[in-house]
Amino acid sequence: MNNQMPSTDDRPVMIDVNDVTLAFGPRVIQHDVSFQVRRGSIFAVMGGSGCGKSTLLKSMIGLLRPTHGTYMVQKDNYWAGDDDSRVRIGRRFGVLFQSGALWSSMTVGENVALPMQMFTKLEPHVIRQLVELKLGLVGMLHAIDQYPSELSGGMRKRAGLARAMSLDPDILFFDEPSAGLDPITSARLDELILNLRDGLGATIIIVSHELSSLFHIADDGIFLDADQKTAIAHGSPTWLRDHCTDPTVHAFMHREQLDSSSSHGNG
Amino acid sequence: MPPRNRVGEVAALRLERLVKTSVNGAPQWHLQPEANRTLVTLSGDWIAQQGHLPDFPESGFRDVPHGEPVEFSTDQLGKWDTSLISFLWELKRTAREDNVQLRIDTLPESARKLLDLLPEIPPTPAPLPPHKFQPVTAVGQLTLDTLDEVGCVSEMGAAAARGGFAAVVGRGMMRTVDLMSDLSAAGPAALLIVGVVNFLVGAILAFVGSVELHKFAADIYVASLVAIAMVREMSAVMTAIIMAGRTGGAYAARISTMQANEEIDALQVFGIPVSSYLILPSVLALAFTMPLLYLYGCLIGMLGGFFVSYIMLDVSPLGYFHETLQALPLDQFTFGFIKSLVFGTFIGLTSCRIGLKAGRSAADVGIAATKAVVVGIVGVIALDAVFAVIANVIGI
Repeated sequence: MNNQMPSTDDRPVMIDVNDVTLAFGPRVIQHDVSFQVRRGSIFAVMGGSGCGKSTLLKSMIGLLRPTHGTYMVQKDNYWAGDDDSRVRIGRRFGVLFQSGALWSSMTVGENVALPMQMFTKLEPHVIRQLVELKLGLVGMLHAIDQYPSELSGGMRKRAGLARAMSLDPDILFFDEPSAGLDPITSARLDELILNLRDGLGATIIIVSHELSSLFHIADDGIFLDADQKTAIAHGSPTWLRDHCTDPTVHAFMHREQLDSSSSHGNG
Repeated sequence: MPPRNRVGEVAALRLERLVKTSVNGAPQWHLQPEANRTLVTLSGDWIAQQGHLPDFPESGFRDVPHGEPVEFSTDQLGKWDTSLISFLWELKRTAREDNVQLRIDTLPESARKLLDLLPEIPPTPAPLPPHKFQPVTAVGQLTLDTLDEVGCVSEMGAAAARGGFAAVVGRGMMRTVDLMSDLSAAGPAALLIVGVVNFLVGAILAFVGSVELHKFAADIYVASLVAIAMVREMSAVMTAIIMAGRTGGAYAARISTMQANEEIDALQVFGIPVSSYLILPSVLALAFTMPLLYLYGCLIGMLGGFFVSYIMLDVSPLGYFHETLQALPLDQFTFGFIKSLVFGTFIGLTSCRIGLKAGRSAADVGIAATKAVVVGIVGVIALDAVFAVIANVIGI
């Protein structure tokens, strides 16, 4: 079975997830998931609906403690430390939530400014300047004084992206960045993600099942399966599409119906 | 789709930004005129979270000879993040205003990429709408809004009543499950707090009354004081205030959250009338439980009065009971009963209306809940005043 992309990548490892098991009480969502994310890569977490992609993301951003396994961010063992150390490591994360998760009582500008006001000693005019910059980068400068409820879905995503970049994180997590966006907006967002990665040198982890967008931007990835409850393939989306022989992965990548007789028993 | 074989190229860019630590120190820049060009030298670490960030003054390019390009020297540049881009953006805007030719291509490629994403034209803050004090317009608007609101609440009440009749003939859109859960939330679940508050109110009335009545050796009349006060006013008003805070606030919060999640829209699209599906069970629950809670409150209040009298005054239990019965004609109960029915309907309708009218954000849910409680309490007391006047006129 060919389900592991041969790696020639010698970039330093940024994130190392080792044998992680995620469960809600007795219900196991995913078990023994291991992968490495290298600095500067765009890493895709793929899989069908309900396979635990978002749960994995939750545990990577500190919202859900894995029941087993280690999660290293460079040299720091994320879940082994106390709350303070998790907050310290978490300061390096920027998260774009599925629907933006902008704070609805604040304007877009205030949303981006809040982390800076809380965690830096910058003067208000400098913060304003940086807020303008970040909104300018995502093309949302015109909406700086608008409230989230006045924005469209795509605009909320971009504003959420600007907020995720608020503290100049070097690891960005995107939960379904292109879900609910039209193809043009989605393509523009992909381009933006690539540009930001190149410009900021950030490492990006994307949870998504939007194939066209994944083929376009991701250079590494993992495929989670809902039936076997673990990762069944490792590699970039394009590699998985062209070379992976696992029937589930193959069907997913080619948008085919899965022949149910061949889907089990040979992962 | 273009091929994406740029991993190596990109890696080089990143190393430049994150790994280059040979130069440290505060972020600095200076302008240096040279033959045929002007050089902007950037040095030090440009990290926003470290605090100080230099500005580029508006007159920065004043001394640049016309027609000569401005180039960048980044040999001494250490680590940087978006704070450098912010500085460069400002510089670029100044250059544009002063017609200075900027050689962006002398910047590191990653910085150039980010700079290219930014709009050319500086943001102009939107002008604030002029705010003038116009008392006549404000009062007029307030009056219109209030009338509109009264109309809306009445209309909603009428729609709910129609839904109620439809339910009675068996063609309603109200689900018994919803009515039952609302009834249990507004009734049994409220017994404890209604009981505690009314017991204490009865006790306090007895305390206050006993001080004066004791002077006239009329201790036994504490019983009639407590009974009349509880039955005519206190039990109905206190219970209504508790229910406005407890259940009214909950209704407003629930309906405005549904509004925020587009659940109300979904109901409307299906053609399920909001008035009979959502509002009717809520209003019915309050209108049904409030009179019962009122009676319960009366009883508990009189018990509180008896408790204090028995301990503090020279009153026998039987005497207290007898005096209470003497003081209370049945129509007093009818009066309080009708009042609490009206209070319950009023609280149910207004809080549902406030919830429906709320905006679609988390903050709006809080505002709606607060508003429902305030309107509920003020409205109950205002209605009580109206009832007092009516009672005076018809002589109950």
